[in-house]
Amino acid sequence: MRDVSIIGIGITKFGELWDKSLRQLGLETGLAAINDAGITSKDIDALYIGNMAAGSTLQQEHVSALMADYCGLTSQNIPATRVEAASASGGLAVRQAYMAIAGGFIDIAVVGGAEKMTDVSDTESSYTVSMGSDEQWESKAGATFASLHAMIAQSHMAEYGTSREEMSAVSAKNHYHASMNPMAQFPFALSVEAVSNSGMVSSPLRMLDCAPNSDGAAAVVLCATEKAKKYKKKTVKIIGSGQASDTLSLHHRKHLNQMPAIKVAAKRAFKSCGKKVRDLDLIEIHDNFTISEIIALEEIGVFKRGKAAANILKGETRLGGKIPVNTSGGLKARGHAPGATGIAQIVEIVQQLRGEAGDRQVEGAKIGMVENHGGTAATAVIHILESE
Amino acid sequence: MSVPRFWRELDTRYNLIGSYCKITKTYHYPRRSFNPEAGRESIGSMKDYQFKGTGEVISSTVVYQAQTGYEMFGPYCIAIVKLDEGPRITTQIVDCEPENVKPGMKVKSVFRKLGEDSESGILHYGTKFMVNEDNELDETEDDLPDIEV
Repeated sequence: MRDVSIIGIGITKFGELWDKSLRQLGLETGLAAINDAGITSKDIDALYIGNMAAGSTLQQEHVSALMADYCGLTSQNIPATRVEAASASGGLAVRQAYMAIAGGFIDIAVVGGAEKMTDVSDTESSYTVSMGSDEQWESKAGATFASLHAMIAQSHMAEYGTSREEMSAVSAKNHYHASMNPMAQFPFALSVEAVSNSGMVSSPLRMLDCAPNSDGAAAVVLCATEKAKKYKKKTVKIIGSGQASDTLSLHHRKHLNQMPAIKVAAKRAFKSCGKKVRDLDLIEIHDNFTISEIIALEEIGVFKRGKAAANILKGETRLGGKIPVNTSGGLKARGHAPGATGIAQIVEIVQQLRGEAGDRQVEGAKIGMVENHGGTAATAVIHILESE
Repeated sequence: MSVPRFWRELDTRYNLIGSYCKITKTYHYPRRSFNPEAGRESIGSMKDYQFKGTGEVISSTVVYQAQTGYEMFGPYCIAIVKLDEGPRITTQIVDCEPENVKPGMKVKSVFRKLGEDSESGILHYGTKFMVNEDNELDETEDDLPDIEV
């Protein structure tokens, strides 16, 4: 198996990008990543696209060929593959490219994630997001995506005493980080009280516990490490990668307040590089809801079960704390464009490991983790990155 | 939802028909022809089973931003219910104040309208759950005679 490095990154601002189409977003980030990598289109062996919902939101499938075409890659008849695993589509697309390069099939791949969630109404985009859970036995029974996470939160609160204030601290911390990220959808700080007093969505989850449904795109260029320095001086190596699945329906899980797919994916990623939790300098977590960040940190082993929430409130995961989490602002404040999210998370860690994260830079960051999951964590994908 | 997609699950939805695995002696809902815990051995060993329809709330929430098709109920209660035979199900709890539903509460199944395709489209029916007051009566008033109708 060969080592794989990230040699280029690109990202758009996340938000309500009404003036931009899916293909424009894809082209914009793809070009940015290629320019950053210092490669030309002739160097690209394959294209991987993370996209969850173009079929439901834009009535457009076959997004892989669409992106290859609009990025000017059809003259080379480049292999283009779309990867879908709900909100884990982006992270999983990166993993497919990683495996193809590590396995020696190709040398350079561009991985792009793009999503348009605001071309449809709020109701439609919320319904689209709930397609990541079981349509027949959850959504059709009246369960929204938020309501499933509300039951996860209810269960976590009942078992571990997790409090309203602690959940609000997750959102407030991520907004504080986003205030230093020019690409964030909500680049402003929010108080814990503001989160606690926001409107109820599905008890106990309130509006500011929930990530938005955003438009946005992000891209990375992956290259076999042995050839990476030919193109780029500052590269970041993917040292670990892990993926796991779980039951699609939340009700089929033994413990509602656990997300075992994240634990297994993390174990596999750690095993693949021989690193431990204590080696991590920072983490990007899939905080589609505040409770998800709390549970994911417990599954990865950053905190013991039932202890994450108190540590977040204490500031341990804030910039300057023991282990900064979601310096980008996370899904909550950077924004959440499902197919792009997993790649945007990787872009953040690469910026941090290159020392290019501006005001939100984690001093001396060498190793970072990215946790991306789909549905109620029926798919989890984790990457560990190290500066070279 | 398309007619065939709903039609083929009618038994499961109307009558709470699931499966019993003769190998692991466990119950499953919805109906499965294969028990993930027993593997391929279970193919052919799953038989239909009609659940009694009684169970207990494991976790619940009051939904203020309704799922598509559920707008007329809002705010409404969604819960994960553990059926007495073991399997869990995601369901709406009806005929009570949604805030009053709590984990541990005994519930029973009730046949209700789930939704409709459009004003002129087909209606979907299925199973929802309500608080099981019979259960509480049973415990206190055991000696009540059956009433002939």
